[in-house]
Amino acid sequence: MSTTPTRATGPGGTAGYQQVQASAEFALLRSRFRRFVFPVTGLFLAWYFLYVLLAAYARDVMAHPLVGNINVGLVLGLLQFVSTFAITMWYARWADRQFDPTAEKLREHWERGEL
Amino acid sequence: MKAFATVAADKVGNPTVNITIFAIFVAVTLTIVVRAARTNRSAADYYAGGRAFSGRQNGIAISGDYLSAASFLGIAGAIATSGYDGFMYSIGFLVAWLVALLLVAELLRNTGKFTMADVLSFRLRQGPVRTAAAISTLVVSLFYLLAQMAGAGGLVNLLLGVEGSTGQNVTIAVVGILMIFYVLVGGMKGTTWVQIIKAVLLILGAGLMTLWVLSRAGLNLSNLLGDAAAAAPKKSDVLAPGLKYGLTDLGKIDFISLALALVLGTAGLPHVLMRFYTVPSAKEARRSVVWAIWVIGIFYLFTLVLGFGAMWLVGPKRILAAPGKANSAAPLLAYQLGGTLLLGIIAAVAFATILAVVAGLTITASASFAHDVYSHVIKKGRVQPDDEVRIARVTAVVIGLVAVIGGIWAKDQNIAFLVALAFAVAASANLPTILYSLFWRRFNTRGALWSIYGGLGSAIILIAFSPVVSGGKVDAVTHKAASLITDPTVDFHWFGLENPGIVSIPLAFFLGWLGTVTSREVSDAGRFAEMEVRSLTGAGAEKAVLH
Repeated sequence: MSTTPTRATGPGGTAGYQQVQASAEFALLRSRFRRFVFPVTGLFLAWYFLYVLLAAYARDVMAHPLVGNINVGLVLGLLQFVSTFAITMWYARWADRQFDPTAEKLREHWERGEL
Repeated sequence: MKAFATVAADKVGNPTVNITIFAIFVAVTLTIVVRAARTNRSAADYYAGGRAFSGRQNGIAISGDYLSAASFLGIAGAIATSGYDGFMYSIGFLVAWLVALLLVAELLRNTGKFTMADVLSFRLRQGPVRTAAAISTLVVSLFYLLAQMAGAGGLVNLLLGVEGSTGQNVTIAVVGILMIFYVLVGGMKGTTWVQIIKAVLLILGAGLMTLWVLSRAGLNLSNLLGDAAAAAPKKSDVLAPGLKYGLTDLGKIDFISLALALVLGTAGLPHVLMRFYTVPSAKEARRSVVWAIWVIGIFYLFTLVLGFGAMWLVGPKRILAAPGKANSAAPLLAYQLGGTLLLGIIAAVAFATILAVVAGLTITASASFAHDVYSHVIKKGRVQPDDEVRIARVTAVVIGLVAVIGGIWAKDQNIAFLVALAFAVAASANLPTILYSLFWRRFNTRGALWSIYGGLGSAIILIAFSPVVSGGKVDAVTHKAASLITDPTVDFHWFGLENPGIVSIPLAFFLGWLGTVTSREVSDAGRFAEMEVRSLTGAGAEKAVLH
């Protein structure tokens, strides 16, 4: 499927995939990525299921009116929208400013054989 | 329902206007598809639109794909008839995008080529894993297709003034033939443009109606909710959760099961995943998802207003008595607000939605068959790209025909609900293997096969023996069961939940783990290194086609 065979070393004596994977710089890139996406995934899933469980088992809380006919359930539901938009922008900003430059630098070092 | 077609003397709109507006949409999109097709040369053009769409274009196209008839007609209808519980569908559908954004989209774009199976089989044994992934792609796509075609059928009586089931069947067939044409001629490029145009029309149409409803309610959401609740037979219950799901303990578990399937399903939908290959890089894939989340989120906020607006201005009773039942809430609201012309526009948008989504599903299913099954499994990779595309086109025709037949058969089903089942199957069969293969070094072929077949099989078996298929609640008036098999004397269900997710999703994750640790196969360290390095750095990723 892939056109690039798995080489011990890359073109022009640069590192192959396995060497890149074993390098300290790649380990750092991977851990940065995971340290961002895993906790954030845990966070939004926990918040979503909290909402789902409240909707299923705490109907009275959800039906409690706040302003006029707007109740807790509607506000919590709309807050799910707000948190989704916020996490989206947070991740996009982080990926553009922190992750992409790190990955870019790694690719440069790789091409120059400096890994 | 067919039986109600005559009862619903409540004729709305002018079929000529509806058909004319729809014909204009078809004419415009056909022109664009034919023009786009001029640059279709390679397999990358046919499957991935040359990978040349920008993140924004693809994000809007993703929204077009995702905001299917189920979202527009189904959710608006669910809110209009069950109140708050309908709103919860849209929350699950939206939050699910974060899974795709954070864990799947970019990594998939960097490692794959055309299909979901490209990623799943990257470092595992090609033959068996590709076959499994292709089977689950076809099953999920067919479930989804059925839901869309069912939506088309249910709306026909209402919108085109076609009486009886012959007229419905003819319309379903017309939708099917148009869709086949889009896919054959336009490939992914043409299909993407259809999605973009449709998404823009849908957002504009829904936005206009939202403003209209809000202005009728004095721009006050609280007033709108109050008026809607007053129009509902069960007073004020509609503003709190539980009307549809919360009455029994089993209903609550069913609701949690649905919520789980919705949030984990999106990132396992093959037709959504395939869209990430239409952009030139992972960065653009990220941008696509950001655009999609904004467009989809804003649209769901519109449906909240539209749903309660329909409850208030049309009333649940009239909606449920109309042909197409809950699915007709949005069109009826359009008629109530803006008369024949607005109904015509909204009706055309609804048909455009169905047409575009069905085209997207067909291209995904045909790509999976041609690229995964024919090219890699049957021909073991020794195949000319032109040959593969030819097979994909033939498959598209076959799938189009299956969709027409399935649509005629499923035309009275609730569509939001059918789509929810597709999500459950996708979350069970696909997502565990996608995540394991991207993030778990030890994962191997047996783990993938057990997880895919286990998730797919358990989801389907549980649906087959659920009240969805037989033994649903019997209607006091019609004496029909609310199941696929409406005869109340046929009842072979033993699984109490309508949505299988709460069992089949954890089971698929467990089987993926169990299969992996019990297999003696050593995972391919070289391929894993390549996959991990490529997925995170974008090195060696497929490039855009330059014309």
